[in-house]
Amino acid sequence: MKLTLKLYAGLTDYLPPDAVDNKLVIEISEHITAYELIDRYSVPREMAHLVLLNGVYVNPEDRSKAVFNDGDTLAIWPPVAGG
Amino acid sequence: MAWANNVLRVNLTDGTTSNEPLNMEWARLYLGQRGLATKYLVEEIDARCDALSPDNKLIMTTGPLTGTMASTAGRYSVVTKSPLTGAVACSNSGGFIGAELKAAGYDMIIFEGKSPQPVYLYVENDKVDIVPADEIWGQSVWAADEWLHKKYQDPLLRIAAVGRAAEKGCLYAAIVNDLHRAAGRSGVGTVMASKNLKAVAVRGTKGVGNIKDPAGFMQAVNDGKQVLAENAVTGQGLPTYGTQVLMNVINEVGAMPTRNMREVQFEGASKISAEAMHEPRESDGKPNLVTNAGCFGCTIACGRISTIDRGHFSIENKPQYWGASGGLEYEAAWALGSDTGVDDMDALTYANFICNEDGIDPISFGATVAAAMELYQIGAITKEQTDGVELKFGSAEALTWATEVTCKGEGFGQELGMGSKRLCEKYGHPDLSMTVKGQEFPAYDPRGIQGMGLTYATSNRGACHLRSYTVSSEVMGVPVKTDPLETEGKPELVKAFQDATAIVDSSGLCVFTTFAWTLEDIAPQVAAACEGDWTPESMLEAGERIWNLEREFNLAAGLTAADDTLPKRLLTEPAQTGPAKGHVNRLHEMLPKYYEVRGWNKQGEPTDETRQRLSL
Repeated sequence: MKLTLKLYAGLTDYLPPDAVDNKLVIEISEHITAYELIDRYSVPREMAHLVLLNGVYVNPEDRSKAVFNDGDTLAIWPPVAGG
Repeated sequence: MAWANNVLRVNLTDGTTSNEPLNMEWARLYLGQRGLATKYLVEEIDARCDALSPDNKLIMTTGPLTGTMASTAGRYSVVTKSPLTGAVACSNSGGFIGAELKAAGYDMIIFEGKSPQPVYLYVENDKVDIVPADEIWGQSVWAADEWLHKKYQDPLLRIAAVGRAAEKGCLYAAIVNDLHRAAGRSGVGTVMASKNLKAVAVRGTKGVGNIKDPAGFMQAVNDGKQVLAENAVTGQGLPTYGTQVLMNVINEVGAMPTRNMREVQFEGASKISAEAMHEPRESDGKPNLVTNAGCFGCTIACGRISTIDRGHFSIENKPQYWGASGGLEYEAAWALGSDTGVDDMDALTYANFICNEDGIDPISFGATVAAAMELYQIGAITKEQTDGVELKFGSAEALTWATEVTCKGEGFGQELGMGSKRLCEKYGHPDLSMTVKGQEFPAYDPRGIQGMGLTYATSNRGACHLRSYTVSSEVMGVPVKTDPLETEGKPELVKAFQDATAIVDSSGLCVFTTFAWTLEDIAPQVAAACEGDWTPESMLEAGERIWNLEREFNLAAGLTAADDTLPKRLLTEPAQTGPAKGHVNRLHEMLPKYYEVRGWNKQGEPTDETRQRLSL
């Protein structure tokens, strides 16, 4: 199934060159977890601070579970803040 | 003690100045800056006065740590009654003038009355002059700044000034210091101009002494700086990406107010984001972002310095804008961009430049343009009002035109300068104004972040994110993650953020430190610098005291619990996309509990018991 992966801010460097606007569409198996995806792109887990699945926060304990559906969007940031 | 123990009082009506000791009894209760200046304002003016009359006062104030070696200790505030809201105004700015004022030997300057002709104030340590401003009245902030620097031949002169928008009565005019830092919100610049005061120029060479425990202070300050350096947000994220990093975050969580808050996600967000500011332009291969920048003593340095593509329509024949200047912060990028539907980064940067050049608040301005665009779309405003300009959502040309005419106070710019509340009332659609107490919303849609709805509704200066930034908790998970779509626990969360922010704003430090620091980090710095019992607990109590004092000013000014509300759109029109799809803001679930945890009665008034507990 397909998933849109977005890596932002300091994680931009971990995206492959074919990514456009900080995102790429990838093929995944239904059993993959968020942490396995994070590992696949060599993102240090401690830098994957804000993990949003379709805009909803994924708790750290849920990042080792298979929670994806076809067409989902996973967006990840390092620790960020603004105002 | 870190206070200078010296207040400069300037009577503009008489053209006289005097010095007096700081009221130390009040300083022990309200610390400094926001809290202490509000106490002076409450004691010295009638809260029901016309904000633009000589009866109002304008206080430029530092905190006890302003000008010290503490990180971010360059903050100063302007406290007055707001012409935009009729409520208390306190606008905080960085840059260098706050530290300069402290180094000249002053905790605060209290401006009274109204000068019979335009003047500026020149301060060089003990030398204080009220000087005719004929040459710079009618000029922009940047022109006034250049003229003053040339006149005094002093590159280290620090200047805060108002521009043409303030002189023309724009109700959200800012006081801009150091060219592109601003006491931006609530129309403090309008009050300054109403007093015929064009600028304040300060040179201070005394330094900041009077530290209670210098060795202890140095240790506490160094400990604090280490925490900031090692924190991923303050040590890496903010310096590299600035506040603009939030553009994609808030859009993803579905809380990005778009096209006058009709929608909660903006399809053009990525084009105007922090990441986009780093991308080389196609035309010249250079990115929008030139470098980051820090205010006095800051070890975070979140400021943006940017350039505009020289071939962009906004500046192709205006070489004065070809250089680098203050770039987009998240709030400006949102208001000028998402809220107007414009995704042209160069147009937003140009609009931001001239908001700085002539001193207007880009949040209130952008939100007012957004309201005007909706009025135009429904036919309530036509080309007759806009000098033939098509004021359409998404039009970069309309945005830059609107910025120019508002900054100069020309034509339809006069109407945009009224703010969205008055504009929407005038054209018969008051519900289209996205304001609380007459002040425009910042960049977080409260349908997607419930706590921000309560924050806006109860903010003492009208809609404002900096009075209680629950986004930290609800989105970023600092200090703990809470669910942005839940209302339970939000009254307590909002109160805690409001009280903590009030005391940080009273210290001379920047609120952005609180992404890494708690009061456990700040209290040792204040305690080592200042006389008094400053612990995290006593600081939080002082913050609560300040919040209640501001509330009492507003109640005395005639505001009531009925003003603690949100625009109908946010309470009745559900979000259409994203995680908040189907949600409105459920303020009614939070407000009664908020009054209860505040120790207020059902009319939103502090009870006698609360007043007594807080020594009000």
